[in-house]
Amino acid sequence: MRKAIAALAAVLSLAGPALAAEPHTCSIPSYLLFSGNELKRVAATVAKDRRLTVAVVGTGSSALAGPDGPRSAYPARLEAALKHRMPDIAVKVVPLVRSRYAAEEMAKGMAKLLVDEKPDLVVWQTGTIDAMRRLEVDGFRAALDEGVEALHKGGADVILMNMQYSPRTETMVALGPYADNMRVVAQQHEIPLFDRLGIMRHWSDVGAFDLYATGKDNVLAQRVHDCIGRAIASLIIDAAHLQSVELKTGQ
Amino acid sequence: MHAPVTTTGRDLRLDLFRGLALWLIFLDHIPSNLVAWITIRNYGFSDATEIFVFVSGYTAAFVYGKEMRERGFVVAGARVLKRTWQIYVAHVFLFAIYLAEISYVATSFENPLYSEEMGLLDFLKQPDVTIIQALLLKFKPANMDVLPLYIILLLMFPPILWLLQFRSTLALGASVLLYVLTWEFGWNMPSYPSGHWYFNPFAWQLLFVFGAWCALGGAQRLSAVLQSRVTLAIAIAYLVFSFVFALTWHLPGVSQYVPHWLDEAINPVDKVNLDVLRFAHFIALAVVTVWFVPRDWPALKSRWAWPLIVCGQHSLEIFCLGVFLSFAAHFAMVEVSGAFWMQFLASLLGILIMIAAAGLITWYKKVEERSPGSRPKKAPDADLAGGEA
Repeated sequence: MRKAIAALAAVLSLAGPALAAEPHTCSIPSYLLFSGNELKRVAATVAKDRRLTVAVVGTGSSALAGPDGPRSAYPARLEAALKHRMPDIAVKVVPLVRSRYAAEEMAKGMAKLLVDEKPDLVVWQTGTIDAMRRLEVDGFRAALDEGVEALHKGGADVILMNMQYSPRTETMVALGPYADNMRVVAQQHEIPLFDRLGIMRHWSDVGAFDLYATGKDNVLAQRVHDCIGRAIASLIIDAAHLQSVELKTGQ
Repeated sequence: MHAPVTTTGRDLRLDLFRGLALWLIFLDHIPSNLVAWITIRNYGFSDATEIFVFVSGYTAAFVYGKEMRERGFVVAGARVLKRTWQIYVAHVFLFAIYLAEISYVATSFENPLYSEEMGLLDFLKQPDVTIIQALLLKFKPANMDVLPLYIILLLMFPPILWLLQFRSTLALGASVLLYVLTWEFGWNMPSYPSGHWYFNPFAWQLLFVFGAWCALGGAQRLSAVLQSRVTLAIAIAYLVFSFVFALTWHLPGVSQYVPHWLDEAINPVDKVNLDVLRFAHFIALAVVTVWFVPRDWPALKSRWAWPLIVCGQHSLEIFCLGVFLSFAAHFAMVEVSGAFWMQFLASLLGILIMIAAAGLITWYKKVEERSPGSRPKKAPDADLAGGEA
């Protein structure tokens, strides 16, 4: 029965204009979140072993400072959301934050990461450092290719995650070419892209968050990370066709 | 304000489309600007940069080529270098504005969500290095890449112009060869702190030299090709193909209908090295434009075309103003509101200011010419030429 309702809800959700990350404050239009590219290895592991290990590889924007930082940053929120939505699956999310690493340096570390963490899925957040330093776009794309191929060869699924939308620094850093290349690489490897840039811009446009705020507002940062964590959970569940309890309530 | 447009021998279509390119560059430089959806970069491979570079090459050859024929290589070459210097000064001026903006942001922005993005401001900690690198054209902030390209293109221009006058096919051939070798060997100019120029001058020179070649008789040689319906049909077909392909960038749903091999062959379209797809897209646009907008098109002299033409005739001033205005528009969107009405207002006001400034410059130049004691002008278009190649 649960399966039938879940399937029905999934169909409805595809038809509806907006859904996903639960509270209305940070809902995301489905075209921004879902791509149709699948996470087959995640699906297989969850079905077979009832467990899921996710590694989040990222730079500074994958972490929050302060004593609350580790548990309010999006990797921890992703873990909480996955556990909440799939209570009978053993979920573990390992954050591996390497501040100031460009894509190339991160790509080189993928082999070691596979050995150390044995992830079923790697969420690879990158692009910001490369764009800020205006590194070679071709080199950036080659690094993405290299990293994704290494992860696939090592038996892990990959989600690419692009930059944050930061309205105040928009004129100072040209994210466009880097974001475009991430989209291209994701499309060519048929892996999901978590379009953080587009999603946060959407939240800003509809007034969900005031991303123009200048002050030391930890609450805002924590709420944004919570929404990002839950949105990635929705993307994983959708792309791996997992059953989640959330949909049982007819959300 | 409706100043008469200078027409002596000058093809007003060039000014019209350079003016249009300047407006589009301004709109594209305002971040998160919904109005920028109207600009051509969203509907095909090429964008306003191609128009700007081509028309700049064309007008430079038109103006300095005449000079070179009448007064010799040295005088014309010296005037090209004087123009290069003006553009360099303009670039440094824009950099000063950028420094002011980023310093302001650095002192007022503490949002913990963006601690990583604040790394952008690190270069302020070592101004001794950064400012010198900026003066050497190696450190170039975002959106400030066009003028350094223009500087290099003009710096190389005197010998190219000389060759174009006497052996035009050879000059164009050399340009194509440099473009091919650049692609083959990956040549580019170094940037600070790392990487290379965003507009690779060794690749983009092709469009500039091609524009110059067209101005010096190349367009006439191509006229049979340009007037053929077959050419027009090919150009339109390519524009349509490019448009459909561009849709896949904006509507991810469309991309599933694009064959994988085609996607792999085309994406990403390289702007740094002027991808040949971009070059072809510009040529197709030019073919269609030349077909439908004849040189003596009456509308070119109408009051509706005047705002574009007058902006195109003062391209350096208006380009710099546009970069400044895009900073200002972003500032207003950050400080007041980023809502659509603000984006629309900032875009509209910015273009009105560009038109007003261009009109003012035209008026000012006319007044200067008329003032007693000023030297009589040598040729009717020398002023325009000197200022606006």
